[in-house]
Amino acid sequence: MKKIIELRNITKSFDGQVVLDDINLDIYDNEFLTLLGPSGCGKTTTLRLIAGFETADKGDIIFLGENINGVPPYKRNVNTVFQRYALFPHLNVFENVAFPLREKRVPKAEIEAKVNEMLALVALTGFEKRSVTSLSGGQQQRVAIARALVSSPRVLLLDEPLAALDLKLRKDMQSELKKIQKATGITFVFVTHDQEEALSMSDTVVVMSEGRIQQIGTPIDIYNEPTNAFVADFIGESNILDGVMLADRRVSFSGHVFDCVDAGFEKRQPVDVVVRPEDVDIVPEEKGMLRGVVTSVTFLGVHYEIIVDIDGFKWMIQTTDFVDVDEHIGLSIEPDAIHIMPKSEYSGMFGDYSSFSMEMDEIGVLEEETMEEVLEEAEVAHEE
Amino acid sequence: MRSKNAAAPRSIAQRMALAPYSVWAVLFIVVPLIFIAYYASTDNSFHFTLDNVRRFFTATSTVTDEAGTREVRTYLLIFVRSLKLAVISTVICLIMGYPAAYIISKAPARTQKIMITLIMIPMWMNFLIRTYAWMTILQDTGILNGLLRLIGLGPVHIIGTESAVVVGMVYDYFPYMILPIYSVMAKMDEKLIEAARDLGCNGFGVLRRVIWPLSLPGVFSGITMVLIPSISTFYISQKLGNGKFYLIGDAIEGQYVANNLHFAAAIAFILMVILLICMAFMQRGANRRAAV
Repeated sequence: MKKIIELRNITKSFDGQVVLDDINLDIYDNEFLTLLGPSGCGKTTTLRLIAGFETADKGDIIFLGENINGVPPYKRNVNTVFQRYALFPHLNVFENVAFPLREKRVPKAEIEAKVNEMLALVALTGFEKRSVTSLSGGQQQRVAIARALVSSPRVLLLDEPLAALDLKLRKDMQSELKKIQKATGITFVFVTHDQEEALSMSDTVVVMSEGRIQQIGTPIDIYNEPTNAFVADFIGESNILDGVMLADRRVSFSGHVFDCVDAGFEKRQPVDVVVRPEDVDIVPEEKGMLRGVVTSVTFLGVHYEIIVDIDGFKWMIQTTDFVDVDEHIGLSIEPDAIHIMPKSEYSGMFGDYSSFSMEMDEIGVLEEETMEEVLEEAEVAHEE
Repeated sequence: MRSKNAAAPRSIAQRMALAPYSVWAVLFIVVPLIFIAYYASTDNSFHFTLDNVRRFFTATSTVTDEAGTREVRTYLLIFVRSLKLAVISTVICLIMGYPAAYIISKAPARTQKIMITLIMIPMWMNFLIRTYAWMTILQDTGILNGLLRLIGLGPVHIIGTESAVVVGMVYDYFPYMILPIYSVMAKMDEKLIEAARDLGCNGFGVLRRVIWPLSLPGVFSGITMVLIPSISTFYISQKLGNGKFYLIGDAIEGQYVANNLHFAAAIAFILMVILLICMAFMQRGANRRAAV
C-alpha cells in the first residue's frame, strides 16, 4: 500500500502546554483512518496540522514523499469537513459546493457537471437553489461533504462531523460516509471521541491520549488486543485487574490461577489483566472460579449489565441470564477471554466499576465542552 | 379558543411595554414629519401649494467664476455640491474604516476594547468644539502649517477649500463607519475563513469571496450613517469652508433663519425623499447580493 501522509516526530504545544508529544503516523492510500480519543488528547490538533491551519513546533509532515511543513492550506491537496460544517451563509447550496471550483477558474459547464455529480453523491439533487441556512443539520452536513469532495482531494479530513447530529441520523450518516469513501476511493481521516463510531467505520483506528498515540490497529485488534489499560478502558467496557504471570499461558489474579493464551512475559512479571464483560460466564456459586455478590442489575434491552463484588473489586458482567441483587454467583472465564497487557502509566487508573454510574458515562459523552473545561482546569491544577 | 385566551394577556402586556416607545416615536418622529410635509406643501397663509417644491427645482441665479458668468439652477447646484462632498467623505471613511475595522476585529480582545474606546472618545465631545479644533489646525497660520514649516514644507492653504470641509466631515463621521463594520466582523465565524483557505483561497481570495460579502450589511449601515449626516451638514461647511461652499444644509438653515419656514421645509422634505429613494435602491442591491 502507498503512503499518502507521514507524520514524523510531530510535537506541538499551545502556551507551554504540550498538546502533541512526538507523534509518528503513516496514513495509507484509500484507507479510512480514525483518530480516536477523549477531549484534549490532541486528535483535532493532529487534523489541523495535516490541513495546514497549525504548524508543528518540531517534526515533519510528509505528503506523497514531499515535506509540506510550510505549505499553506490552500495549496494542500486535502480538504476538511468542519465540526459545525462552516457553510458560507451568503451562498446557496450550489454555490457552496462550487466554491473551490470557482477559485480554480474551472469552466462553467464543468462546474455545473461536477457540482451536480457531488450533490447526487450526497443525495441532495434538487437542493441547488436552497439557502444553506434553511437546511437541517443532516443536510448541511451533506453539503459540507460535497463541498470538500468536489475538487477531488487526495485526503478528506473530518473533524467530529457527526457530533451535532441526533443518534438515528448519526447512524445513517456513518454508513453513508463509509459508502462515499468506498465509492470515491479518497483517503478519509476521521476524528471522533465516540469509540463505537470508530470501530464500525474504520479500517485503521489510532487511539490517542494526552498528546500521544496509544495504539494503532484495525478495530478488531484494538478491541481484542489493547496495548494498555487506557485503550482497554476507552474502547468498550473492561474489567482490568492486577495479575502476575506464573508461566507462559498461566496467570494469577483475584486469588485464582487461570489458563490464558498469552505468552512471552517474564516469570512473576506483574501485568494488567483484561476481561471483557461479555466474556464472563455466570455459573452456580460452587462451580465458579471466582465467587461474588451481585450489587446492581441494569436492564439494557439486549442484555443485563450487572455489577459483581468479588473480594472488594467490582466487576462488570453483561449477561442475558437474569440474576437478582444480593445473589451469590460464581464466574467462569475461558482462557481466550483473558487478555494480558504489560504494566503502563495507566495501570490502576481504569477498569474497576466500584464508582461506576451510567449517568457519569452519559455526561462524559454529551457535555463535551464542559468536560473540556474540567480537563483544562484539572491540568492547570496538576501543573501547579 | 383556549390558546387565544392564553395569548391575549401577553399581547396586552406587550402593548403596554411598547407604549412609551410608541408615544415617543409618534411625538418626536411622526408628528414632526407631518409638520414638515404640511409646511412644505403650503404657502405663508397655509393654503395648499406646490410652489415651494417647484422653486427648489427651478430657481436660478447667476454665478461668476473662472469659467465666466452663467445662469444656474440654484438649489440643484447646491444639492449636487452637497452630494459630491458627502460621497467623497463617505468613500474616504470607507477606505480608511474597512481595513481598520478588520484589523481591530482580529486583535486580541483587550486591544479591541481599547481601540474601540479610542475611536469613540471623540464622539463624547461636542462636535462644534471638534470643528473649531479643526479650524485652528487647518488655518494658514495653524498647527498643520506650523508642522509643515518645521520640516521645510508648505505653507498649504486648506481652510476655506472643499478639502477642509471633507476633512471635517471625515473626522466627525468616521466612527459611524467603523463601528457597524467592526461589529459585523467581530461576529464573523472564524471557521468560515478557515474553510475558505481550506477550499483553495489565498488571503485575498478569502477577503474577496467570504469576508467582504459577509461584511456588506455593516458596510451598508456604515455608508448610511456617514452619507446622511454629511449630506445635510451645515456647520462644518460654514466653519471650515469659510462659508464659501453653500451646502443643502446651509440652504435649509438660511431659509429658516430668514423666516422662510415653508421653503425650508420643502428643501428638507425633498432631500429626505431623495435620500430614502437612494437607500431603498442600496438596500435592494444588498438584498440581491445576499440572495445569490
